[in-house]
Amino acid sequence: MEYVIEMLDITKEFPGVIANDRVSLKVKKGEIHALLGENGAGKSTLMSVLFGLYKPESGTIKIRGKEVAIHSPNDANALGIGMVHQHFKLVQPFTVLENIVLGVEDTDKGRLILAKARKKVMELSEKYNLRIDPDAFIYDISVGQQQRVEILKMLYRQNDILIFDEPTAVLTPQEIDELMKIMKQLIKEGKSIVFITHKLNEIKAVADRVTVLRQGKYIDTKNVEETTKEEMSEMMVGRKIDFTIHKEEPVIKDTVLSVRNLTVPSKHGGKPSVHDVSFDVKAGEILCLAGIEGNGQSELVYAITGLTPFTSGTIILNNTDVTHKSIHERYEKGLGHIPEDRHKHGLVLEFDLGENLILQSFDKPQFQKFGFIKFKERLTYANKLIEQYDIRAGRKAKTMARSMSGGNQQKAIVAREIERDPNLIIAVTPTRGLDVGAIEYIHKQLIAQRDMGKAVLLISLELSEVLEVSDRILVMYEGEFVGEVYPKTITQRELGLYMSGSKREEVKVDG
Amino acid sequence: MAKILQSDALKTILSSLIAIFFGLLIGYVILLLSNPSDAYRGFITVLQGSFNAMPRSLGSVLNKATPIILTGLSVGFAFKTGLFNIGASGQFIVGAFAAIYIGIKWTFLPVSSIWIVALIGALIAGSLWGAIVGFLKAFRNVNEVIASIMLNYIGVFLVNYLVVQNVYDSLRNQSLTPQTVIPRAGLDKLLPGSGAGGGIFIAIAVAIVIYIILEKTTFGYQLKAVGFNRHAAKYAGISEKRNIVLSMMIAGALAGLAGGLVYLAGTGVHIEVLDKIPTEGFNGIPVALLASSHPLGIIFSGMFIAHLTIGGFYMQRFDFVPEVINMMVAVIIYFSAFSLAFRGLFDKLYRKLKGESR
Repeated sequence: MEYVIEMLDITKEFPGVIANDRVSLKVKKGEIHALLGENGAGKSTLMSVLFGLYKPESGTIKIRGKEVAIHSPNDANALGIGMVHQHFKLVQPFTVLENIVLGVEDTDKGRLILAKARKKVMELSEKYNLRIDPDAFIYDISVGQQQRVEILKMLYRQNDILIFDEPTAVLTPQEIDELMKIMKQLIKEGKSIVFITHKLNEIKAVADRVTVLRQGKYIDTKNVEETTKEEMSEMMVGRKIDFTIHKEEPVIKDTVLSVRNLTVPSKHGGKPSVHDVSFDVKAGEILCLAGIEGNGQSELVYAITGLTPFTSGTIILNNTDVTHKSIHERYEKGLGHIPEDRHKHGLVLEFDLGENLILQSFDKPQFQKFGFIKFKERLTYANKLIEQYDIRAGRKAKTMARSMSGGNQQKAIVAREIERDPNLIIAVTPTRGLDVGAIEYIHKQLIAQRDMGKAVLLISLELSEVLEVSDRILVMYEGEFVGEVYPKTITQRELGLYMSGSKREEVKVDG
Repeated sequence: MAKILQSDALKTILSSLIAIFFGLLIGYVILLLSNPSDAYRGFITVLQGSFNAMPRSLGSVLNKATPIILTGLSVGFAFKTGLFNIGASGQFIVGAFAAIYIGIKWTFLPVSSIWIVALIGALIAGSLWGAIVGFLKAFRNVNEVIASIMLNYIGVFLVNYLVVQNVYDSLRNQSLTPQTVIPRAGLDKLLPGSGAGGGIFIAIAVAIVIYIILEKTTFGYQLKAVGFNRHAAKYAGISEKRNIVLSMMIAGALAGLAGGLVYLAGTGVHIEVLDKIPTEGFNGIPVALLASSHPLGIIFSGMFIAHLTIGGFYMQRFDFVPEVINMMVAVIIYFSAFSLAFRGLFDKLYRKLKGESR
């Protein structure tokens, strides 16, 4: 069998860590080869070596059987290797077409000629069913469309080894389905794909073979058909993972959060992002707001937590009207918030872990006296949380937040919010981009909080999470609630219909 | 070697020193090009700086260092809280006017203590000037660089106007001299013939206070949180708007105080009615950069740059035109700003050493 990529015994070190320790990866021609591993397992490092961004300490790389030295992305490109990065590398104020030809433009005496490129791009777009508008500006198009532009960029350069670095992390379920179809189409045309992910369902759905890395080491390569999700996850994290979530029946008590007739105007004008929404969250339940991204969930949460102003409505938290209260006062009244964007809102990346763990409570008497920080108490508190919540941080409380892995950053935020002991926890896509171990951990924490009698409001885009974790589901579509359903009595399919707006019913609240 | 490069504080200091070394090297080349025969002696004179005509020259260095330590703190403090205060010059001159005005007009106060009130006036004037920038940034999202540059000009011309209206010496086209003077704190005896006085002690004390505010208090914690990530600060319930305004007010107060200290030092300086932006403000930028904005480091970088400036002054003994002297000093200051780049080089070197020693 012919291999297009053979990476043999690759070792790559960074100060303090061995990111790849004699890792091997062999990709056959015309297959989708999944590269599986937790955050920080060394997947991205290995691909960066292949793409010429890092120089390995040892090991050999063969492309189509020939040993090669790849010093830069240009070398990789010349060998027909293309990559879609997790964070897209597109020029925002350029059009789709301009982005695709960037770096390989046709010119005539210095003048840019786009006609030929346009024809070729449209052919490729047709052939692979990658629908795009060549004249749209990048900042105007959705994330899913931007990804198509990235794929077209690779195809335009006639790459036939395509690396996808966690391509589904930013997509909606519908867009994921579409991407899977495109990937299958690509291998039919003779391309080979390396698919970096930690989502086992997706591997099962599209990949032919899977190579598993754990903590920088090569574990094994398997045929996907001959393995199970359980086996793959065990190889990935090194222990058995419990996929079924164990939880008791909810014991529902008093109303903790009560939102009435809330309307949030849209930033871009036009139809409001959230329109006349009312609901209650009660102690002891996990209420999930389900919906496709961009249907007003984020704006609703921003309004409740005080991050954005709204036009009308009232918000009552623990029997206090907090409609016009500051963010600080809302925290005082028992609000906990695990934000959607952990880098934008959740953490100050330039602060160390200890400083981040008291982001809201720095002015509590526990941590300051006459305005002077109590460093010893802060350190003790941070180390307690690091221990208790199993946050992996090399220099303990002194670890810079920026240097931590995504999963551990999220654990730190969860620890901080739970430890402040709020009785309403709003968790917005808390498991996005995390590996199975961390997802399991966060689900357990949320359920534990519910069992302690806290009210939990979960905003999730993942159908499986919605169905498994929540006790009650409100489906949001275009800024309104279109259904109130219970996970026990609804199927994924039916929930999908609500989410896409094809099914709706009136949602009422009592009182 | 690898171990040495791991310590953060040492890395910062070492990179500053290397930046200075390269600055000196290029500076020497400029002297060689301009006047080869005197280049060596001229260069040594610059290096000797404060020791050229002891004790007077040392006094001059302290005197010169006082305002640039404070404007350096002004720029550095703003940096640390995520703002670029390029308006220290405007805040400086506004503070200077307030000090002179109070020093001359508020004669109802006892002469011996007017200077204290005058300095407080300088502080307040500077902070108000800074506050304008802060308000524009916080509430109207106006870039602080543009707002503060414009306020430099507004400050200079406003002060020119106010000087002419209130405290004008029309014969010399400059401000009058206040009778009140900051106590010399014994420096006039120790370093006779120089203008050195208590100002330098005030500057050092302020640097220590700024260090404590930034590193030891919850106030500094909030300011830094807003500076690093205003979204996260807002999320945490910290008022980003309030903190941006406060941060600019403190930066302005520091530069304003610098103005007060210069014009109350009793060294015969006056606000001249000229269309010129005072250089003390801009010189704060390299002072802050050279010290990586560390308040205690700024004391030393301020002294060092003053040392070079005075050294340049004594170079006039040789056959150098003043422009060459200014260029030489400027090159050294210019290179100081590269200390960050050298830091990056260190990290690279460290990785290499680490890799090879394995």
